[in-house]
Amino acid sequence: MSEQSGFWSRYVFSTDHKTIAKQYLITGLIMAVLGGWLAQGMRAQIAWPYTDVPGFGLIEPGRFNALVTMHGTIMVFWVAMPILLGAFGNFLIPLMIGARDMAFPKLNMLSYWTFFTSTVVLVASFFVDAGPAAGGWTSYPPLSADPGYTGVHLGTDLWILAVALEFASMLMGGVNYLTTTVNMRAPGMRMMDLPIVVWMQLSAAVLFMLSVGPLISGAVMLLLDRNLGSGFFDPAKGGDPLLFQHLFWFFGHPEVYVILLPGIGMVAEVMTSCARKTLFGYRMIVISVIAAGLLSFIVWAHHQFVSGLDPRLALPFALTTILISVPFAVVLFSLIATLWRASIRYTPAMLFAVSTVAMFLIGGTTGIFLGAAAADIYFHDTYFVVAHFHYTLFPATILGMLTGIYHWFPKMFGRMLNETLGKVHFWLTILFFNLTFIPQFVLGIAGHPRRVADPLQYDLLLRDMQSYNIVSTVGAIGLFSVQILFIVNFFLSMLRGRAAEANPWQATTVEWLTPSPPGHGNFAGEVVAVRGPYEYSPPGEDTDWLPQGELQPAMHSATSR
Amino acid sequence: MAESTMTEARVAAGVTVPVSPARVPAGRVGMWWFLSSEVAVFGGLIAAFVLNKMRHPEWATDAAHTWFEIGAINTAVLLTSSLTVVLAHAAAKQEKRAVVLRNLGITLALGVLFLVFKGVEYSHEFHQGIGPGTNLFWSFYFLMTGLHALHVIAGLVAITTVMVAVARGEHFYRVETVGLYWHFVDIVWIFLFPLLYLVQ
Repeated sequence: MSEQSGFWSRYVFSTDHKTIAKQYLITGLIMAVLGGWLAQGMRAQIAWPYTDVPGFGLIEPGRFNALVTMHGTIMVFWVAMPILLGAFGNFLIPLMIGARDMAFPKLNMLSYWTFFTSTVVLVASFFVDAGPAAGGWTSYPPLSADPGYTGVHLGTDLWILAVALEFASMLMGGVNYLTTTVNMRAPGMRMMDLPIVVWMQLSAAVLFMLSVGPLISGAVMLLLDRNLGSGFFDPAKGGDPLLFQHLFWFFGHPEVYVILLPGIGMVAEVMTSCARKTLFGYRMIVISVIAAGLLSFIVWAHHQFVSGLDPRLALPFALTTILISVPFAVVLFSLIATLWRASIRYTPAMLFAVSTVAMFLIGGTTGIFLGAAAADIYFHDTYFVVAHFHYTLFPATILGMLTGIYHWFPKMFGRMLNETLGKVHFWLTILFFNLTFIPQFVLGIAGHPRRVADPLQYDLLLRDMQSYNIVSTVGAIGLFSVQILFIVNFFLSMLRGRAAEANPWQATTVEWLTPSPPGHGNFAGEVVAVRGPYEYSPPGEDTDWLPQGELQPAMHSATSR
Repeated sequence: MAESTMTEARVAAGVTVPVSPARVPAGRVGMWWFLSSEVAVFGGLIAAFVLNKMRHPEWATDAAHTWFEIGAINTAVLLTSSLTVVLAHAAAKQEKRAVVLRNLGITLALGVLFLVFKGVEYSHEFHQGIGPGTNLFWSFYFLMTGLHALHVIAGLVAITTVMVAVARGEHFYRVETVGLYWHFVDIVWIFLFPLLYLVQ
């Protein structure tokens, strides 16, 4: 593996997993700003219907639908996936297993540039005639299949193309993660010695690869329906719109865990190192994640309780849905048990880690309401659902991602983030997040439907509850605005932060053996794993941690292909 | 990386560590994972087709309209190409460049022949006024065979690149990787042929 030289091959068309990780991270963060910005338009319209919104102008219902659609699409596919899998999967897997790069570095580069292309296509769809897709992030037909419903023609086709490219890019990433972990672990590192976040990345990659196929078929069907006159989803031609919902949610529900697991994995890493205790129940966590992964393939129809699904199917899917909360409860209790009687170091990463678990518990418990078919018939398509999935996805993806960034920033960029600014950012983020979404639970229970541009049109029901909508919007504006603190911290620290030592957190896993940032090829020698990943506070030792691996002098200039 | 290097490293570390991960060629591992995701693509499609077929007994008339003979010939063509790709793999293990190239060449030719027959079949159907929008059966027919044909084309591109490498005397192990993919494309057709052409 030769040192890459020249600007283009080092920073742009790089095959180094660390550079590709940073490319994913920066692209994802830019898309996060865009996705958050779209939510500002939505929330402003809901709180103060049909008033001019600064930066948006007047938002009529058609545009509101586009904002909803693109906010969801961007946050799931262009923020959560690239940052949690693309950035952290790429950055952490080789470093944490002691490898020099991914198994297929060129495929890795192709994966990023495919993703970049998908991003360009998606952003371009904002500028075409009639605007971007407006059929919801789930793209249910007939809203997506028949332009008559949304008035959007090219925008929807571009949406499908962009999502397909994004899937292709993540598939390439998944093949790489799995092959790398199977093949390139340091000598001595068994599967059950893997840092837990690597297990989570692996499980996420497997879930994604095994679930996305049917949706790829569904997307092609949608394209044919739209452009070649077929009728897969058109009852008039013998088709069935419900088919798309099955194909979508067969992917869509495992996808929830695809973007949940990496964040939870990073939270676990941060918790164990900041609590200075070994991770509680490592083996149980691994088993639970595998069990949850298997179950996640048979819960999808709980998204369709009111879709016209055969009612006899509701009970089995409600049962599997309630069942899948058991392994996740095991994981979360293991995390809490890791903190039990620990002397905790509250770094910003640790604050985000603890809050991830706390917030996710609210999301998890409200999910039980929706998983039970009888209750879901009432709650379906209300703001209760919106609040519920924001309480699962915001902690798992945004808080999880911030946990990861605050913890591994020194390793990525060789400089420390400002801790005070990080803590202020944390408290304001949590405050405004709850201010945004707690009122939505109340609104949802009162029957406020989601995806309506003007709540005041439901005079009898909601007019005197509009103050909740206004509070929620104020929260959303605050939540978006305080991220400026993070962006300032991120870029100022990257340029001017205190230089980071190799292991600023005294963590055990092997990525901390190498300088921050690691050079090309990651390790100066060869990593040999000599003990488990979390030897914190070992009895009878002077130090409170023992590293998982040791660096041996390289036997020869190692090529790991 | 050589197995001996790792053993030395372990000895140098002065610790007894369990045997390090079993190392199989990365290409093989990667291809199996990729194929697992491909199984889901066609699996979802086939499941959707079968469930729809049970609801639409009238599809029998449409299925009778498919050009059975040419489908059968194409099945034979693809199966033969699977044989030649296995022969190429066997020769690649001994790095017999000429034998590998000959067998991959035959595979390539058979793949092209498959596409030619498929094209003849499509144009025959278009001449009869049958297209993807005719009814749901034909939508599925064109989608499933079309997606499969795209996979055949991808396979042909992959085989060509492997042949270029082998002609230079490099990367013989890639014959196995591309062979795995080619077998998968073959197996998908083994499912599609009875489902679309034979079942009434």
